[in-house]
Amino acid sequence: MIEFSKPVIGYAEVWPMLLVFGVACAGVLVEAFAPRRVRYATQVLLALVGLAAAFVGTVMIGLDLNETAGGAAKGGITAEGAIVVDGPAIFLWGLILLIAVGGLLLFAERELEGGVSAFAGQAAALPGTEAEREASTRGLDHTEVFPLMMFAVGGMMLFPASNDLLTMFVALEVLSLPLYLLSGLARRRRLLSQEAALKYFLLGAFSSGFFIYGIALVYGYAGTMEFGGINEAISNNTGNRTLLLAGMGLISVGLLFKVGAAPFQAWTPDVYQGAPTAVTGFMAAATKVAAFGALMRLYYVAFGNERWSWQPMLWVIAILTMLVGALLAIAQSDIKRMLAYSSVAHTGFLLTGVLGAQSASELSSGEITSLQAVLFYLVTYGFMTLGAFAIVSMVRDAGGETNHLSRWAGLGKESPIVAGIFAFFLLSMAGIPLTAGFTGKWAVFAVAMSAGAWPVVVVAVLTSALAAFFYVRVIVLMYFADPVGAGPSVTLPSVLTAVTIALGVAATLLLGIVPGPVLDLAAHAGEFIR
Amino acid sequence: MSVLPMLAPLAAEGAEHVPVVDPSSADGVFTLMWVVIALPLAGAAILLLGGRLTDAWGHLLGCLTVVGSFAISLAMFVSLIGRADDDRQVSQHLYDWISVGGFKVGADLLYDPLSALFLLLITGVGGLIHIYSIGYMAHDERRRRFFGYLNLFVAAMLVLVLAENYLLLFLGWEGVGLASYLLIGFWQYKPSAAAAAKKAFVINRVGDMGMSLAIMLIFVTFGTISFTGVSEAAGGAKESTLTAIGLLLLLGACGKSAQVPLQAWLLDAMEGPTPVSALIHAATMVTAGVYLIVRSNFIFDRAPDAQTAVIAVAVVTLLWGAIIGTSKDDIKKVLAGSTMSQIGYMMLGAGLGIAGYAFAIFHLLNHGFFKANMFLGAGSVMHAMDDDVDMRHYGALSKMLPITFLTFLMGYLAIIGFPGFSGFWSKDKIIETAFVDSVWIGILATIGAGITGFYMTRLMLMTFFTQKRWEEHVHPHESPKVMTFPLIVLAALSVLGGIMLLNDWIVDFLAPVVGTPVHHETEVPPIVITLIILAVVAAGVATAWFTIGRSEVPRVAPTQVSVFTRAARNDLYGDAINDTLVVRPGTHVVHGLTTFDKSVVDGAVMGQASATGGLAQVFRRWQNGFVRSYALSLLGGAILVVLALLVVNLG
Repeated sequence: MIEFSKPVIGYAEVWPMLLVFGVACAGVLVEAFAPRRVRYATQVLLALVGLAAAFVGTVMIGLDLNETAGGAAKGGITAEGAIVVDGPAIFLWGLILLIAVGGLLLFAERELEGGVSAFAGQAAALPGTEAEREASTRGLDHTEVFPLMMFAVGGMMLFPASNDLLTMFVALEVLSLPLYLLSGLARRRRLLSQEAALKYFLLGAFSSGFFIYGIALVYGYAGTMEFGGINEAISNNTGNRTLLLAGMGLISVGLLFKVGAAPFQAWTPDVYQGAPTAVTGFMAAATKVAAFGALMRLYYVAFGNERWSWQPMLWVIAILTMLVGALLAIAQSDIKRMLAYSSVAHTGFLLTGVLGAQSASELSSGEITSLQAVLFYLVTYGFMTLGAFAIVSMVRDAGGETNHLSRWAGLGKESPIVAGIFAFFLLSMAGIPLTAGFTGKWAVFAVAMSAGAWPVVVVAVLTSALAAFFYVRVIVLMYFADPVGAGPSVTLPSVLTAVTIALGVAATLLLGIVPGPVLDLAAHAGEFIR
Repeated sequence: MSVLPMLAPLAAEGAEHVPVVDPSSADGVFTLMWVVIALPLAGAAILLLGGRLTDAWGHLLGCLTVVGSFAISLAMFVSLIGRADDDRQVSQHLYDWISVGGFKVGADLLYDPLSALFLLLITGVGGLIHIYSIGYMAHDERRRRFFGYLNLFVAAMLVLVLAENYLLLFLGWEGVGLASYLLIGFWQYKPSAAAAAKKAFVINRVGDMGMSLAIMLIFVTFGTISFTGVSEAAGGAKESTLTAIGLLLLLGACGKSAQVPLQAWLLDAMEGPTPVSALIHAATMVTAGVYLIVRSNFIFDRAPDAQTAVIAVAVVTLLWGAIIGTSKDDIKKVLAGSTMSQIGYMMLGAGLGIAGYAFAIFHLLNHGFFKANMFLGAGSVMHAMDDDVDMRHYGALSKMLPITFLTFLMGYLAIIGFPGFSGFWSKDKIIETAFVDSVWIGILATIGAGITGFYMTRLMLMTFFTQKRWEEHVHPHESPKVMTFPLIVLAALSVLGGIMLLNDWIVDFLAPVVGTPVHHETEVPPIVITLIILAVVAAGVATAWFTIGRSEVPRVAPTQVSVFTRAARNDLYGDAINDTLVVRPGTHVVHGLTTFDKSVVDGAVMGQASATGGLAQVFRRWQNGFVRSYALSLLGGAILVVLALLVVNLG
């Protein structure tokens, strides 16, 4: 008879995440029991309150973290070694929750489509059929998007906080599955949206296969799933190194797919273009934050002693990613595809920061660590991306959003404020000083440079220059080109989208002028717990 | 505040001392340092955000802010002169821009003799050009916006020269770039203006790349990017590192200062309104590269190879610009070629190290006076000729525009180096120092002076003398007072700029920043060199007189010309070179890559053109947008990653 002991879960540390999952489940119940007319309001309110409470909780937990590992790290491992709540995890939670609030506001926007949300009225109805028309005339809405989003947020919180390979895999699936569904729910251009969802799902499933095979191989090497255990096995140099290296490579594939690094970026433009813009904005910002958190935890904690093996690989991947992102972005004529490739390029810049890892002894005191630099970059990237996609959702004509770049010509004359804000986001993405993007780029390039990765930095600076070219091309188009035909029009959104945009502008401006506090916060987060 | 070692005895021993930046914190009038920047910045904000409300008085506010900055700059300058030689570096800490652990970048300002001179130049000449613009832009309905951009430019330029670290300098660097693109493309309804702005932007990105890498390398090498820290630590760094930093900084300087090989944008930039050409593309922004090199003297002095590169760039550019100037019929483009060439002289001075820095800055200031004067003069001529820029349509304007003519004449005499005029003193000193370094460089610089004499005389003759060739409906008239007043002031400065060399004042004044030069004797007495230069210039002037002044100038440019003239007219094929070496290969790469990117929506168009070669056929298999090929590429990538890991680590 096996003795059953109750697992110990540190509820005091993980409750914000559990709350998000709880709200998601409650959302499902609301769908089942609440009458249709109150669902929208209930769901939005529920999700908003849930996210806000989780954020407050995260801040509170962050304030009480105990120092460990001689003061280099804070927090502890909980839930039977499955979850780790340390400084970086808390930082990422906070960031994901803030982005989720912005995403939620975009999801809840109903002004742009004239009283309904941007999601399909009835997703099950075939495009172009009577059922679809009926759903549309009755003004139906899929309010299930809110619980779906909350599940994704929960998964994203678990992802960088997982302390073993299996938990990480579960988190990966929990965050991905709702996103696959959400991608296919666009109200307009539904075929494109559904194709995007299917592609995303198939490729995501394929990459998950690599991920889990990699887990098996690493388990075969180390005999444990826990990151700390793997790290120990590596430093003791037990087992077959071929297993370890092959496993490490395959797990990397799964994660690099999620962050959209080349040569695993193929899905990005199609999915970003096809998904409803609110979903694209949320996904582009939050998924990248969560996945980079997980990527760094895996590389720095589990494979920290194997740095010499994975760093060269990341050099190649980072260079390839930046080049592919910047070069292909130049050729795009669709604004969402251009932003997709730009996000690929940003992945490359983030990887430049990740590969700048050095052990504590190699760093001079007070120098920024690669973890800090990447965390900071994620903050800047998250807010400007969310804001940029929010703007994209506002530029419309009779057929919905007008994403073709030629239709953006002359936007500066039509709506100087919207064009100005978009131009500001683009300048920040291009890394012009006094915007958040500049400080972020500076931080990641500096850590890579000090780790001796100057070839990567040279490519990074080169591609930044290339990237600036296509960002500025859009600005030139908006301000200096004459509108084609009737020209673009900007639909005024409700306060929801406006708040998200304001959040993006404020963050981008503040992080450019006074980046100190957030950089300090990232420094304060300390190292990962091993 | 440490006391700098006595410089004179050291110099006497022959060891050239590289000063360290070690400012004291600001007090007295120097606490107003930030206001110098804040005034025009506030002006820009009010004018650009205030909209139509400010239309009525916007231009006045624009002038007032710059004049205010000038007043403060002047007060600070007087106060600086009153201090002891070794106490002439003042810094002001505004706030911590970036601060993490040991990595600190403050928004710190540094006021020293070098910044002091730049401040006076920027706000002084800038103020005059603002005033001139009131008249020049009087009929433009977007005049308020113009003044907003101009104020923005002045603020950014002041940040550039007041910055105490490379990152803040870079901020100003990008800021002046931004203002420059906005102003080049100010008349955006002209496609040529929009194209010129874009070209300036693209070429400057190349230079900025050099700057970013240089700053990064400085940070990695020294752990700091403040001038104070770097100048202290530079002595301990490896020469190879310093050379690398120097070359990267030079790349940045080439972009901003339109030096070969990044020179192509400056001629096109003349699409902007003429006051912009005067302020940004002659007097101030384009000299930022020279400022950068002089400011980084603690790096260049320890990296002789980088200095050699600076000299090489400078000599090529000073001839390149001068040759272009000889063939252009567009009055502004002649002046632009001349600007390029004159900045070449300044770069030459800066490349010559401690012996040349002060003369580089001296020439920079004089050039700021006489070139701004001539650009504004050209604007006044254009104003009179209904915005025609073709000198073949001018002629005999000296009687019609007496004030413009006389002031232009002062500028002309200054630039060709007529004895006594400002340009004479500064150019002569640079060429003389070049002769000390190498006879060949000296000879090339002298030839450049001769060509300068030729093209400037050609410009004078075609514009103000020879027979009149005006369009019938044109009735030339002198410009209003608000435009002639700045011309007169600048003309006076063009004449008197040489005063700064009295008793070697400027050399001594700049010594705390760039060091005291050791005096080297030339092989022949300096007076002989001066006479040789004068003879060469006279030959250039005479050539112009005999070829242009004595014959009829055709109204249409002759097409049957020598291969040299054709090359010069085409900017020595600068665009063609860029096109062949950079643009076309770049387009091919992008094209090749886009074959991967066939999307369901818009990829088809992109793919077609490359369906030619055998390789492209292979690429086409990926361009179908099918999920199976994406999956295949994913699999390929995975195999690649795993194999790479295994081969690198086990193989």
